[in-house]
Amino acid sequence: MNLQRLFIRFALVMLLVTVLAGVIASFAFLFPASFNSVLPFHQLRPVHASAALFWIITGAACCVGYFSGRQSKAFMVIWMITIAVIFLNYGFNNYGGREYWEFPAYLNLPLLVAWLFFMVVFLKRLPKDAPVYYWMWTSGVLFFLITFLEQNLWHIPWFRESFLREVTVQWKANGSMVGAWNQMINGLSVYLLVAISGNAGLAQKKKTWFLFFLGLFNLMFNWGHHVYNVPNSNWMRGVAYAVSMTEWVIIILIIRSFKSSLSAARKFRHLVVYRFISAAEFWVFANLLLALLMSIPAINRYTHGTHITVAHAMGTTIGINTMLLLAAFGYILDVDNLSERTRKWLQVAIRINTVSLAVFWVALIVAGLAKGYLSVDHPENSFFDVMKAVRPYLEVFTAAGLGVMIALGVIGVIYLRYSHERHSANKKEITM
Amino acid sequence: MKFKLWVTLIILFFIYSFYVYIYSCSEKQPIQPNASVLSGWKVWQNKNCHTCHQLYGLGGYMGPDLTNIASDANKGSDEYMKTFMKYGTDKMPNLHLTEQEMTSLVSFLRWVDKSGKTRVPRESVHWTGTYIF
Repeated sequence: MNLQRLFIRFALVMLLVTVLAGVIASFAFLFPASFNSVLPFHQLRPVHASAALFWIITGAACCVGYFSGRQSKAFMVIWMITIAVIFLNYGFNNYGGREYWEFPAYLNLPLLVAWLFFMVVFLKRLPKDAPVYYWMWTSGVLFFLITFLEQNLWHIPWFRESFLREVTVQWKANGSMVGAWNQMINGLSVYLLVAISGNAGLAQKKKTWFLFFLGLFNLMFNWGHHVYNVPNSNWMRGVAYAVSMTEWVIIILIIRSFKSSLSAARKFRHLVVYRFISAAEFWVFANLLLALLMSIPAINRYTHGTHITVAHAMGTTIGINTMLLLAAFGYILDVDNLSERTRKWLQVAIRINTVSLAVFWVALIVAGLAKGYLSVDHPENSFFDVMKAVRPYLEVFTAAGLGVMIALGVIGVIYLRYSHERHSANKKEITM
Repeated sequence: MKFKLWVTLIILFFIYSFYVYIYSCSEKQPIQPNASVLSGWKVWQNKNCHTCHQLYGLGGYMGPDLTNIASDANKGSDEYMKTFMKYGTDKMPNLHLTEQEMTSLVSFLRWVDKSGKTRVPRESVHWTGTYIF
């Protein structure tokens, strides 16, 4: 069997596990008494979180390897086997207890080895005129390694001597790691736009380069909003606040280019791959606006530790990362040359996902606002009272989650069905 | 030009990272975790407590934030905390912890509590939107 195709299927299975475990976990959250004896929330969440994490990283590495033509078989084999072992460990209730990295810590070693294999094959000297997406991919691959290592610094006793230091470094690594996979995925989006439009100039535009460096700058220095409330030295909060605010420039640029985005959307609306990119563009705007507001410390005081953080995390992973990865996989699998009926199914699923995600996202924001107000401005409220007030919004969130699961499930199953190798005369591959 | 800018940013990132590791902590002399605290920290991780509870607002939303539970006038006693750990609630399953594990988990939560307060008081918010500590 073609290893590349197996790797694609593996990533898609991770997506299906993510949405299924996510929906079951949200029911376990609402009805813990019914689930606790069978499948409690604390066992479901690691499955959901790890599957989501590995869907995004595996998907990004898979597409970057495919489009660059730099694929490592050792990486793919070790990576897939390790992830299978991770889920096996969850079956035996063996956990590592770190946010996102919930599996026993020794399994980080084979993941590290696998990534190094990928890097050895992928990292090459970039020529002077290399398009921006190669820079994005290179930065993403490199920073994934750096943040992965940083995430494991807690094994060194000195980092555990202060809880504040430990929690700060953990969230510094997590925050920057999200930036690392965003670099890889945003690079895929630029690659696809070049491939679809046939305009190589898109990857050399000044604006694209500016956005790349601005994104990289934020990857490195804006993570501090995760730990605003941790009683650290003030200068760290100031740096994160100032750096985060540079992202208003992106909002302004999105608004300024709205008209041209709309005409491009009309021009390429017949393409399923472009529909995914279009859906992601909307979520970039919405989540960036939310992130900017959450990065203002006075607002963060209310939003930190509430469902607004979840809204942002899920809005970006589903609305942006997943949409762009499905666009990239769709391009590899050549979904625009599938039958009219199948493409219709995909287009309907994209619409269902966008609408469901919008309800899901708004419900979480409202839940977060309620929790923030009731617990920050009225600390006399017990945790039980606050959660009771928030529950109706979480019920709406769970119902909308079903819509997201159905939509992404349909897309995932169609992609899996057509993931065998097919040849198309229409598909353009770009070589450097 | 692009390569120089890229390398400069990476160098700045490493300098800033090391600065954060060494100087970000506001505790002048952090209280060193003893063996019981480290053992409790291990229980916290092995039982995946963070999936439901938060420390400094980081973690899951099923249960309350436990950063300052140990200094809570009503809930901060060893007995109170251990009762929850031992029997669970309608939301929290019984994790079948041993007496030793519960004792070390309490030590860990007491150590976390001493590192600071998770709530930012209203008077700490400056008009520019930032905090003043």
